[in-house]
Amino acid sequence: MFEAVAFYLFAFLTITMFYITVTTAQALYALSALAAGMIFISAFFFILGADFLGAVQIIVYTGAVMALYAFGMMFFDTTREVKEKNGNKYIVVGLSVLAAVMIVAIFSAPIISTNMQAFYPMIEGAGNTQMVGMVLFTKYLVPFEVAAIMLLVAMVAGIVLAGKKMDLSLTLLNAEEIQAIEDEKNKKVLS
Amino acid sequence: MMEIGLNHYLVLSTILFCIGLIGVMRRKNLLMLFFATEILLNAVNVGFAAISHYYGDLTGQMFAFFVIAIAASELAVGLGLLIVWHKRHGTIDLDTLTSMRG
Repeated sequence: MFEAVAFYLFAFLTITMFYITVTTAQALYALSALAAGMIFISAFFFILGADFLGAVQIIVYTGAVMALYAFGMMFFDTTREVKEKNGNKYIVVGLSVLAAVMIVAIFSAPIISTNMQAFYPMIEGAGNTQMVGMVLFTKYLVPFEVAAIMLLVAMVAGIVLAGKKMDLSLTLLNAEEIQAIEDEKNKKVLS
Repeated sequence: MMEIGLNHYLVLSTILFCIGLIGVMRRKNLLMLFFATEILLNAVNVGFAAISHYYGDLTGQMFAFFVIAIAASELAVGLGLLIVWHKRHGTIDLDTLTSMRG
């Protein structure tokens, strides 16, 4: 009973938040609705007994990803209204058919796999975090390390791409130096 | 109705995935496209966690962790590229990304 109430409440909230994210014309509303939706998603993980995954969802998504988006939005002009695409009708129809086929596949998947066996079954007498640690550092150790390297590469790529000319700070320069930079920029534009 | 089973979670996952697909289809702003991608990845994560719970198997949760890691790195690289594009062209509309005239 309690689980059903929680499920329906959070399902309604999540769908509403994500619907706002994809339909609103204001980038800031979309960002905050997405952050709220991420937190509501973590509620499902807690209901399902995946406590560690829920905590990771809150930390990574609303802590790191949303903060990164917020920083990114400072670079872009997000105050004006977002234009919508009113494109090719055939593409939209085709993709809708694809989505419908996918829904059917998802509904029929549990029927096909009724004889599914647990590959790494839950261990008795261990908490969720403990079990995750056991499986992650024995069976999934290599993917875990590869994911670590991938995150390192992504971090270096992000710094290299976004951090150009971030070594010079306008607040630490005096007026002549700023003027010299401006002159150089104008020279490049004129030439 | 009152007993929440695996199908409830799969239906929810499908609905969220469809919302994400609608977002990918109708958005023109690249930042909004990234938001829609995050919704897609989260919808899949809900399905993984539900299957993991109802079959008593931890593999689903493991895959959800790796999906989160991939989402984080995709975002870092994508946002960096987007900032470079915005510095160069002053806009992040999808229509300006047609320099190859495909």
